[in-house]
Amino acid sequence: MSITGKEIIRVEGLNKTFKTSQGKIVALDDINLSINEGEIFGIIGLSGAGKSTLVRCINLLEKPTEGKVIFDGQNLTDLKSKELLKARQSIGMIFQNFNLLEQRTAIKNICYPMEIAGFSKKDTLKRAEELLELVGLSDRAKSYPSQLSGGQKQRVAIARALATNPKVLLCDEATSALDPNTTQSILSLLKEINRTLKVTVIIITHEMSVIEKVCNRVAVIDNSKIVEIGDVKKIFTNPESEIAKQLILPKWESRVKLVSDRSLRLIFDGNSSFEPIISNMALKFGVSVNILFADTRNIDGKAFGQMLIQLPEDENAVSRIKAYLDSRNIAYKEESLDV
Amino acid sequence: MFDEQIRQLLLTGVWETLKMTVISTLLAYIFGLPIGILLNLTDKNGIKPCLVVNKILGFIVNLLRSVPFLILLVTILPFTRAIVGTTIGSTATIVPLVVAAAPFVGRMVESSLQEVDSGVIEAAQSMGTPVFKIIYKVLLPEAKPSLLVGSAITITTILGYSAMAGFVGGGGLGAIAINYGYYRYQTDIMLVTVILLVIIVQVFQETGMRIAKLSDKRQK
Repeated sequence: MSITGKEIIRVEGLNKTFKTSQGKIVALDDINLSINEGEIFGIIGLSGAGKSTLVRCINLLEKPTEGKVIFDGQNLTDLKSKELLKARQSIGMIFQNFNLLEQRTAIKNICYPMEIAGFSKKDTLKRAEELLELVGLSDRAKSYPSQLSGGQKQRVAIARALATNPKVLLCDEATSALDPNTTQSILSLLKEINRTLKVTVIIITHEMSVIEKVCNRVAVIDNSKIVEIGDVKKIFTNPESEIAKQLILPKWESRVKLVSDRSLRLIFDGNSSFEPIISNMALKFGVSVNILFADTRNIDGKAFGQMLIQLPEDENAVSRIKAYLDSRNIAYKEESLDV
Repeated sequence: MFDEQIRQLLLTGVWETLKMTVISTLLAYIFGLPIGILLNLTDKNGIKPCLVVNKILGFIVNLLRSVPFLILLVTILPFTRAIVGTTIGSTATIVPLVVAAAPFVGRMVESSLQEVDSGVIEAAQSMGTPVFKIIYKVLLPEAKPSLLVGSAITITTILGYSAMAGFVGGGGLGAIAINYGYYRYQTDIMLVTVILLVIIVQVFQETGMRIAKLSDKRQK
């Protein structure tokens, strides 16, 4: 990855309200974002949180009620409609339902944005063939979308979105209609495109696993507002907002009800060696601990995650455990479980 | 079963009916297609919402469609005379046929275009497609199978109208059925014209549906 630190998209004080017969609905409330060139940026939230509206405000498919969207130094909200159409050619977009032209073959779908951008016929076809190869579908050039699987359709859509050499690729729930294996392969493809073509990727999703696999930074959106924003590693190991905790640890609450005791949350942040902590505790101090919840993941080749263990009644044992964790460089936090 | 004269009469009738129907359908589409596109674009969920245009156009379309064809035909006789110089015969019938069918075509086209997935239009917009190109590169090609089905329905409807025009001096099979079958009680001639009409309708409808199906890339 090549994150240059140069800003490619800045969203300032963005508001979006929809007028309905039931009155005004606030879809986005004072959104501020800065996305760097070359990064893979995630936006996560539950459905209805406003994330799809946010991504549509970035390329102005939805007109923001207030605020600015600055793309590559240009304020999109100030552009005339012709200039905006031109700017959109530098912002690719893929969708949950692929949105391919059903009456065109795969290759003709990829040609479409180049026809609009006014490429020559020869260049268009040549580039479309290259893109099909990039997404691994050279043999399906003449297939119609109805003859392709979901994953293949999304690959065609990705090729189409990249046709005009965009600087940014917006992905609106791009893997939500796909099975886990296909999701994996599409995410790998996005990562590869980010690495090789230096395209900034913005991923909208409701699945934490998608963020964890590919994103560098993430914004958590809840109730039309951004509640948390930062490095994926940081938010994963130490989620602060309620909604982030819910998204990262979906089963937390149901587990917690099993005990009503004190517990300790161990945080593996990639700095500690991955030794068998729990068994060592048992062996060295003769304390037995219950594991209430454990979730560790591999992010960028390092171990990250959390473990929730039940503390023994004995205060001495508790302080011994804490001392041991300190010596092992493992962060922890005492949690009360009277939820 | 009929003598040479009657056979010649029926043949001319078939020819006139086909001429009226096909020319009227073509003209009805020349006027109706833009009406349908405009209705679709200006709809509140369209790509250029404009309620004023949409409501006014919709009202005119509904108005024309609610007038029974025979009444419309008689009402616009002066208009017909102004355009083709006469009010009788198959050529004169084309005028009221187009006036009656164009709004019908407009609604058919509007509903066909509405079937195009809004996501696909959104994708086209995200790629910076101007409105005019969305119409001829996305809306019309994507709706093509449905538009063809619509045209098969339109052509058979116009055929039915053209037969009705036989009552007031229009040409074609309708006029033969009325003049010989109804006024002269020659039931056999009436029966034959009806059978011929049924065959023509079947052929148009079947062919239209087949072409529509063949052109649709969604189910192969």
